[in-house]
Amino acid sequence: MRIIILTGFIFIIVLTFIPFVHAENIKPPAPTELRADSVTNIGWTVKIKWKSPVIANNGANTNNNTPLSPSNSIAGYEIQRTKDPNSGVWEDRRFLESRLQEFISGEYQDMSWFSDGNIYYYRMRSINKDNIAGEWSELSNPVTIDGRWFDSDKIWLLIIGIIISMSIIIYIELAKRQKKLFIRNIAALSSIEEAIGRSTEMGKPIVYVPGILDVNDVQTLSGLIILQKVSKMVAEYDTKINVPVSKSLVLTTGREMVKEAYISAGRPDAYTDDIVHYVAEEQFAYVAGINGIIVREKPATVFYMGAFFAESLILAETGNTVGAIQIAGTAMPAQLPFFIAACDYTLIGEELFAASAYLSGDPQLLGSLKGQDIGKIIAMTFILLGMVFSTLAVIFSGSDLISIVKGSSDAGFFGEIIKFLKDIFTVTTTHIKLGGM
Amino acid sequence: MKKQIPLLITFISGLVMIIAIFIPHYPFTKMEKWFTVWFNIIAVFAFILGGGNLIRMHGNKIYKRAEGWGYSLVAIIGFVGMLTIGLLQIGVDGYFQRVDQGWTDKIYWNIIWPLASTMFALLAFFVASASYRAFRAKNVEATILLATAIIILLARTFLGAVLTDWLPDELAFLKIPELANWIMTSPNLAGQRAIMIGIALGIISTSLKIILGIERSYLGSD
Repeated sequence: MRIIILTGFIFIIVLTFIPFVHAENIKPPAPTELRADSVTNIGWTVKIKWKSPVIANNGANTNNNTPLSPSNSIAGYEIQRTKDPNSGVWEDRRFLESRLQEFISGEYQDMSWFSDGNIYYYRMRSINKDNIAGEWSELSNPVTIDGRWFDSDKIWLLIIGIIISMSIIIYIELAKRQKKLFIRNIAALSSIEEAIGRSTEMGKPIVYVPGILDVNDVQTLSGLIILQKVSKMVAEYDTKINVPVSKSLVLTTGREMVKEAYISAGRPDAYTDDIVHYVAEEQFAYVAGINGIIVREKPATVFYMGAFFAESLILAETGNTVGAIQIAGTAMPAQLPFFIAACDYTLIGEELFAASAYLSGDPQLLGSLKGQDIGKIIAMTFILLGMVFSTLAVIFSGSDLISIVKGSSDAGFFGEIIKFLKDIFTVTTTHIKLGGM
Repeated sequence: MKKQIPLLITFISGLVMIIAIFIPHYPFTKMEKWFTVWFNIIAVFAFILGGGNLIRMHGNKIYKRAEGWGYSLVAIIGFVGMLTIGLLQIGVDGYFQRVDQGWTDKIYWNIIWPLASTMFALLAFFVASASYRAFRAKNVEATILLATAIIILLARTFLGAVLTDWLPDELAFLKIPELANWIMTSPNLAGQRAIMIGIALGIISTSLKIILGIERSYLGSD
């Protein structure tokens, strides 16, 4: 008995120490070439770059792009910063998981709270799969935070945004008083009632596809708003509608909106939860599901309202083969030609967003369309100014337009105006890329 | 109250997101990421509703032995199978602890991906049939479209260069590749940009209507 207990005890001790012995062999080396830079147009952000140590199968740091094996690859990096490297006080910043085995170099943007004007130093170390940390890297270069509270590169974006937003709000307020507003005829929207009537006469259902993006996309929201108007007509005509969706939040939002439409049409009894139903999250599984519905049910009318990608033509051509009247609307410029070619009516870009106002006739919503026109006038004015000054700059300087726009040739007064116009519409964006994420 | 609280949340969230574009300071620099994470958390709960709806729809079909109930059975087996494999992480490497190393990954790349590619491949045939209808010279606009399409099609093949190669340098702009390039970079790009400007204004307008609570139909019934 004692021998068994003793053997078990030794076995436990051995098992306890095995990870440490193992860990000693694969202690990961530190990242190299650590560099920290303050992002110029975003005052409170530090971009950290480093080169990852590459580990060969034997655990040695080879730095020759040797493929990593899962048994000794780096699980992630720990980043710390300090104001004074001699103080010994380090602030934990982030643990970055290294998800890719071929992860060679990384980048991380520290966007946390900084003290204005202070100098910061960074350091980092590798962590392996057994959660064993390597040595700390050498200190980064010192980086100073300039502490801006406003991104000055976006001043023109702010000014133009305010002008357009104010004009929309002003016209909405004006529309409340002046009840009658003119809005041009949009054929696709005028034909909605005709298409629903056709379905009713033929005794066939309507299929409504609200796109493949989630409710956080404005196109999907616009598609759902139109769905509500369509559902109300469907309820009034006492016909059937089938709404296949690919996102769970679209399912819940769509159900609420269709239910509201049936209630407002005085037909709550005709509403069932099965009208809006979930098909699949995967793009082409969703497409296959809809195509199946179209081929089996042979709807008289199909609506495509929302965001679409490569599936647009596959859906529209399937609808076309069953002889359905098809009305599409999207703000994806690349998909518009497909819908125009395959559908009977198409809402092009902004018309999709105008549909809600057009169908409801609500003066407040119609007012917002008038406000949009101010934005168009601004755009047209700047396009005309750009054309005129570009032409004058080419005539008077003799340089070609590309070099004038790039600023590589001196085009005098007109060149300066072109540069100014270019600055207005150029917004520097900083793409956030997390190292190894 | 049922509508006032969501409207207030929408207003505050919208306003904060707009402000965050212009303030390069913590916590505004993190706002977009946080809001995306919150959205994803909500979406995960909604997924239960989506999955539940899928099972209920197909379950009803199987129970009633409706036409094509066999396909519903396949759908449910696929759904439950993938969910089980994913949750139990079958075949997942102990270290990485991620589904992309396990059977979910294998099923995705060996079954779902080829099926999706097959669906996508149908596009080639649909492009041909849609082009045939769109390019019929029924009126002036359709004829211009047809002529433009022929130029672009020819320019994308060796024939475009061969057919007009003999033109002298003074008439180089009439060479089919040159014409196609001009069509793509001038009228086509101008048209696309005009549409993009309209879309941008439409998005601003719709977003404002939602943020200010003027457009509230997305909130559904009381």
